[in-house]
Amino acid sequence: MGQIDKKGDKYIVAKLFVGAVGMFAFALFVMPPFYNLLCSWLDVNSPRLNAKQPYIAEEVKVDKSRLVKVQFVTINNAGMPWEFQPEVVSVDVHPGEATRAVFYARNTTDRKMTAQAVPSIVPERAVEFFHKTECFCFTQQALEAGKDIEMPVVFIVDQALPAAVHTITLSYTLFDVTATMQTAEVAKTN
Amino acid sequence: MAHGPAKGLSRWLFTTNHKDIGTMYLWFSFAMFLLGGAFALVIRAELFKPGLQLVEPEFFNQMITMHGLVMVFGAIMPSFVGLANWMIPMMVGAPDMALPRMNNFSFWLLPFAFLTLASTLFMQGGAPNFGWTFYAPLSTTYAPPSVTFFIFAIHIMGASSIMGSVNIVATVLNMRAPGMTLMKMPMFCWTWLITAFLLIAVMPVLAGAVTMMLMDIHFGTSFFSAAGGGDPVLFQHVFWFFGHPEVYIIILPAFGVVSQIIPAFARKPLFGYSSMVYATAAIAFLSFIVWAHHMFVVGIPLAGEMYFMIATMLIAVPTGVKVFNWVATMFRGSISFETPMLFCIAFLILFTVGGFSGLMLSLAPVDFQYHDSYFVVAHFHYVMVAGALFSMSAAVYYWLPKWTGRMYSETMGKTHFWISFIGFNLTFFPQHFVGLAGMPRRIPDYNLIFADWNMVSSIGAMVYGASQVLFLFNVVRTIVAGKPTTEAKTWDGAEGLEWTVPSPAPYHTFSVPPEFK
Repeated sequence: MGQIDKKGDKYIVAKLFVGAVGMFAFALFVMPPFYNLLCSWLDVNSPRLNAKQPYIAEEVKVDKSRLVKVQFVTINNAGMPWEFQPEVVSVDVHPGEATRAVFYARNTTDRKMTAQAVPSIVPERAVEFFHKTECFCFTQQALEAGKDIEMPVVFIVDQALPAAVHTITLSYTLFDVTATMQTAEVAKTN
Repeated sequence: MAHGPAKGLSRWLFTTNHKDIGTMYLWFSFAMFLLGGAFALVIRAELFKPGLQLVEPEFFNQMITMHGLVMVFGAIMPSFVGLANWMIPMMVGAPDMALPRMNNFSFWLLPFAFLTLASTLFMQGGAPNFGWTFYAPLSTTYAPPSVTFFIFAIHIMGASSIMGSVNIVATVLNMRAPGMTLMKMPMFCWTWLITAFLLIAVMPVLAGAVTMMLMDIHFGTSFFSAAGGGDPVLFQHVFWFFGHPEVYIIILPAFGVVSQIIPAFARKPLFGYSSMVYATAAIAFLSFIVWAHHMFVVGIPLAGEMYFMIATMLIAVPTGVKVFNWVATMFRGSISFETPMLFCIAFLILFTVGGFSGLMLSLAPVDFQYHDSYFVVAHFHYVMVAGALFSMSAAVYYWLPKWTGRMYSETMGKTHFWISFIGFNLTFFPQHFVGLAGMPRRIPDYNLIFADWNMVSSIGAMVYGASQVLFLFNVVRTIVAGKPTTEAKTWDGAEGLEWTVPSPAPYHTFSVPPEFK
């Protein structure tokens, strides 16, 4: 079997295995951040919308010439037993004016639970003109059994909002993150 | 060096012989084919008439999931790896695979992977029930506890595939007989070389996807959970970045088989050999840049829909080149219709039907109607069953005399072909109709208007299933009591180095490299 170049084998095999490990690392460490980057460029699933920092408001003039209706919608993610609703269904605001809305949540179960609200805004073109300076979605809410809480959100509708937009719907989906929090804590303490 | 196989069980446990390992791969994949087929029959029995008759919806979901996983990862992929093990060293004139010990390891991982997967059926909470595409959060937040075993099974079978592919690449690139340049290799070696590169590129991505699932489930990360700042849509992107090349991993070796068999029975060399090679490479390249056509309805931007639609339609060009080349190979050939050729001609016709329904699905605007309907089920069974499995049957009949030194029964082979052909079309053609009419996939119960075609479909499935038992019988009968044949060249039109060694192929072939002109 003199004709077979075993050295050449080793070289090819090493290259192929390095390639395979590289693709594994690519899936784990490149694809998720790249996906987020792409989403922010394309303004889909806007990270601005899900940003965990409040918007720093500039000194702006309030545009009294028009009113925009902001509607509030709450959704309980599947299996989330909490009571969760806005105090008012909608408010009319002038662009540029900081407005405070309050949401009410109650833990209806007999155990301590942690929740995370994830916001969403329609229409899509209003997304970049809706700023939250304070939001309960920036943090997680832990509630003892049967306790309730009033959760504020303060927002400003930008004056640059396209004139064709008259109504903006802000919806919150409430997720049960109790289990995730526990595993995360266990993982941290280990 | 010339010695025969070891005796007893240790021959199979410790063998490094490519023919033994190929045989084990083929038998293993056939066993998985029967297991996956049994799951399919449970599905079709439940869908025989509307309403819930036989199984609980929960169990039905487990059946569709296990059917998909077992058929894709357990039956089709290992069967072609088995074929590669048997044939590639003999086709390139090599004494064995490049890395015989690793070859043994990559086979013996598989039974353990599938034992792990099958054991989930008996666990509390049942087997995985989220479909073979295991979209998050169905496979993370809402998954049964057995999902962890599923994840490890995927890891193990992925490792096996990667090692098998590395072996094939090394064999094809490094161990060809003197004089056999790359552009003189048999087509089957070419398609497998390209398939192996695809496998090495995307199996690690699949491993990455299940690893992220594992971390989400057990270690508190949120790759795919919106509540923690992740995104379930990311899962679909990662999965289909693996999944689309995966479908070509399944079909390219089948293309190779057909490219070997059609010239043999048309008694003409393959038409347009070099264009076949380039078309295969083009398909492999395109497979990496079209994945989101599986996700048109997930809410990607319009520009994205248009890009993925057009890129997907491009694949029809190299695929068309291949189909026309096969037809041109047969054109004015002196064709005879033995069983392998019948399966190849059926492959050609039915794969083209599947290709056309794929083209329909590639159109983003109409995909909104077809998405997740039975039309999709019909489409991918036309390419997976009539494509991959028919060519596999053809390959078994074509090379069985070389493997065993005995001739199979042509009458039984043709009977197997015709029953398969009729059963297959009876099963899957009506699914186009119910799909277009709006029947969703993955449901145990359905609207009354779909009743008749579903009954036809279920009868077809039983017929197709029964014909595989005949196939098993024919193969076993050939091995035990087939008419002995010692001719080196079983088929008078067959070309290639594998037909220069005696039948049955000796345990060691090409210890001295052959002269290739």
